[in-house]
Amino acid sequence: MVQVRVPTPLRKYTAGSGAVEAEGSSVAALVSDLDRRYPGIKERICDESGQVRRFVNIFVNGEDIRFLNQLDTPLKAGDELSIVPAIAGGR
Amino acid sequence: MPRAAHAPPLSPAEGPLAGVSALDFVGNTPLVELRNVRDGVAPGVRIFGKLEGFNPGGSVKDRAGKWMVEDGLKTGKLVPGKTILDSTSGNTGIALAWIGAALGYPVKLVMPSNVSIERKRVVTAFGAEVVYSDPLEGSDGAIRLCRQILAEDPDRYFKPDQYNNPANPLAHYETTGPEIWRQTDGEVTHFVAGLGTSGTIMGTGRYLKEQNPAVQIVAAEPEDSFHGLEGLKHMATSIVPGIYHEDELDLKVGVATDEAYDMVYRLGREEGLLLGQSAGAAHIVALGIARTLTEGTIVVLFPDFGDRYLSTNLWVGWQKLGEAKP
Repeated sequence: MVQVRVPTPLRKYTAGSGAVEAEGSSVAALVSDLDRRYPGIKERICDESGQVRRFVNIFVNGEDIRFLNQLDTPLKAGDELSIVPAIAGGR
Repeated sequence: MPRAAHAPPLSPAEGPLAGVSALDFVGNTPLVELRNVRDGVAPGVRIFGKLEGFNPGGSVKDRAGKWMVEDGLKTGKLVPGKTILDSTSGNTGIALAWIGAALGYPVKLVMPSNVSIERKRVVTAFGAEVVYSDPLEGSDGAIRLCRQILAEDPDRYFKPDQYNNPANPLAHYETTGPEIWRQTDGEVTHFVAGLGTSGTIMGTGRYLKEQNPAVQIVAAEPEDSFHGLEGLKHMATSIVPGIYHEDELDLKVGVATDEAYDMVYRLGREEGLLLGQSAGAAHIVALGIARTLTEGTIVVLFPDFGDRYLSTNLWVGWQKLGEAKP
């Protein structure tokens, strides 16, 4: 299982939880599994073409997947994935 | 080199605060006409952008920062020995950092750790201490952590509290509003600005409505709580600032992050204005209003320039545009 850290605005999908678990051998597979467990969350993270939305950053063990292998970045049990929106709110 | 006609005298007066300083150059920002990015807008409708990036600290937040710190000094809430403390996702932090440095007061800022690297470096360059809050909790997380730090040692700090300090909208009532009124010769019909603390739109809106109650005050906000419009708040899902009075707005329009980013790219390439994402969001709303009119004078506030976001997700799009060139 991969630990997934969920930002406040997406916690309405996870019953308020900021940390959940999901499975997948890559970030893409994990996001799909996340959507099975928490329906609706994927379309907030990815656009219609399946790419990660421009303002969303995904980190695997603290590394931005843009500098790894994007959605194909491999995952293994025990990894931590964080979904972080670009900063927001009130300067 | 000749000096600008509006520049204050160069000769230093007595006392550390009596001379000319960068603080004297807060406000009086230029208003430029948008001539190209005005798709489908009738010729009788003019759109002007207020370029707040021209402030000494590079953003509209210099106005509120200066007013709040000067109010603290006037009321005795900020005295030597105290540290200026506030939560901020960026531009207010930069404003407080340079103003504190200029006046000799230490500054401590609480910001989510995912603010742009430029912001972190700029405030550090001004000597401010930065405490990082959980990036997953956004600016509300910074607000909560800041409250905690203050509660632990309340006598040590002066907290301008931009979300609740009347000096924040007052800065705009006394400067931004009158500037726009003057710069448009009183012809402004609509004022459009993004919603963050709401200080800009509250104060400017109040002044403009007093001059002409028919002026429409329009707010741009993220269409959803999960967004990438740095500096803007989705009010319905945020800690609502005490200075925010929704009934003073004529209209509030939601903007999608992707559309705002695309507008930023267009404003750069078609107007020669490199702006931040909140400016892109505001201009989308301004265009939407403009298309419903046959004549009018719309002023849209552009909070800062885009070079503050070159390390952020905004850059991803700029980079792609660059690669797409033959």
